Amino acid sequence: MVAMTGYLLESAWPAITRLGVEFLTRVEWDPVQGIFGALPGIYGTLLTSVLAMAIAIPVSLGVAIFLAELAPNWLRGPASLLVEMLAAVPSVVIGLWGLFVMVPVIRSPIERWLGQSLGFLPFFQGPPFGVGFLAGGLILAIMALPILTAIARDSILAVPSSQREAMLALGATRWEAISQAVLPYARSGIVAAAMLGFGRALGETMAVTMVIGNGYRLTPQLFSPGNTMASKIAIEFNEASGDLYIGALVELGLVLFAITLVVNLLGRIMIRWMAPGQRVGAQQ
Amino acid sequence: MSHETDWERPLEQRAKIVVERLNAWYGPVHAIHDISLTILDRRITAVIGPSGCGKSTLLRCLNRMHEVQPGARAQGEVLLNGENIYASGVDPVTVRRRVGMVFQRPNPFPTMSVFDNVAAGLKLHSLLSRTRFADTVERALRRAALWDEVKDKLKKNGAALSGGQQQRLCIARALAVEPEVLLMDEPASALDPMATLAIEDLMRELVQDTTIVIVTHNMQQAARVSDKTAFLLANAQGAGELIEYGDTPQVFTNPKDERTEAYITGRFG
Repeated sequence: MVAMTGYLLESAWPAITRLGVEFLTRVEWDPVQGIFGALPGIYGTLLTSVLAMAIAIPVSLGVAIFLAELAPNWLRGPASLLVEMLAAVPSVVIGLWGLFVMVPVIRSPIERWLGQSLGFLPFFQGPPFGVGFLAGGLILAIMALPILTAIARDSILAVPSSQREAMLALGATRWEAISQAVLPYARSGIVAAAMLGFGRALGETMAVTMVIGNGYRLTPQLFSPGNTMASKIAIEFNEASGDLYIGALVELGLVLFAITLVVNLLGRIMIRWMAPGQRVGAQQ
Repeated sequence: MSHETDWERPLEQRAKIVVERLNAWYGPVHAIHDISLTILDRRITAVIGPSGCGKSTLLRCLNRMHEVQPGARAQGEVLLNGENIYASGVDPVTVRRRVGMVFQRPNPFPTMSVFDNVAAGLKLHSLLSRTRFADTVERALRRAALWDEVKDKLKKNGAALSGGQQQRLCIARALAVEPEVLLMDEPASALDPMATLAIEDLMRELVQDTTIVIVTHNMQQAARVSDKTAFLLANAQGAGELIEYGDTPQVFTNPKDERTEAYITGRFG
């Protein structure tokens, strides 16, 4: 990892020295004039990833609870397999599916409807392009779903049955036992799942590149085409020429790297902080 | 036994729970076979017997916790104050509110404070305000003889207490919802002798206004603490049957069945 960081720093050096701190705060990206700003990329990355988590966490938690607690035995195996197989689909294939199947649906009815009913909010203004932040967030949600679901399911399954029984014996319904005993006990695992999913969404490139629409702007409008750092690099690296241009793209990669690193560290800290105290007597 | 006439008896002989021809299975495994017995109100009934005789299963049938395990089912009647808790249309959730349970290993909720552990059952089904919670929590902790030890650490994690304290915390948690009956499944088997004695003293206190059924494989404990003793033994098919049931002194000093005598004198088990 040190070697990789060293290489990235070396390649990005021309950009780091010439563009300075402004690189992080500038909004323009104009290779012809030698102006490079990372802010819209950082914004796009965080926006799509947060959007993805907002969609994926509730869905995968629901699926995980269903698989671990509610599903009849015969359904658990096949359903789990199906969810996990989703992780095996190459991201370019998911991207193709996203572009040809999901994007038209997003354009209409989803964006049209959101624009009409919630258009007073800045997020849902602007023409419904289909491709854009919303499509990027959705595709990332789909891609983060398998790992989120699998880890959340495993951490729910790892909760000792004595915890569930303790709550049931107090007169809890099945759902109360899940929500008040099982989920709190499993919360560190669920947070870990969310963090891993978020990390994955931040760095995911191919599928997002295909549906995000290659814009480069700072806007709250979710229907607007945008870019993430990863998709920006993927789109432009082939045609980049000159030390500065290439350096700027590599520096973008460095920023992405730094953000994922911070997210992972934060995730670890949160997991440690949320782990159920000492588990004395809490075992099976 | 008719339940109506039962209420005409003196208070100390009233039946709290009447078990009639109870059978229970885990999948295809027959765990208890045709058990019938009467548990007296405000008395401690001990269920003893060697491992695998179905005593825990019997206990778990008394508040419908048996069926929580996958594939487990029960058949027969368990009358709580004369009402069959296995009748169709009876919600096991309401049964468990009236018949509380303390488990073999202390199982406090490790993500909750001492206070929240005790209040867990209250929060499930109570419209009480927080201040009433505080009163009820304190009363439950006092009844569980834990208040003096934890009153300064109510916000501390419930799992940070010692093993004996954790078990009394679990007793307080069960008491907080004011059950009519408290089922205890080898509540002291994971505890040291001092903590065990504390739990036994506590049981004598609690039985003033609740009914207690305790499963134990510690015969000294059963002899020390209980009023009535039921002795269970697995039959040739492995299903637990009731061999003898009577007043504790009688069962331990003058057992009617030779298998009871063999067990309590330590010839097997």
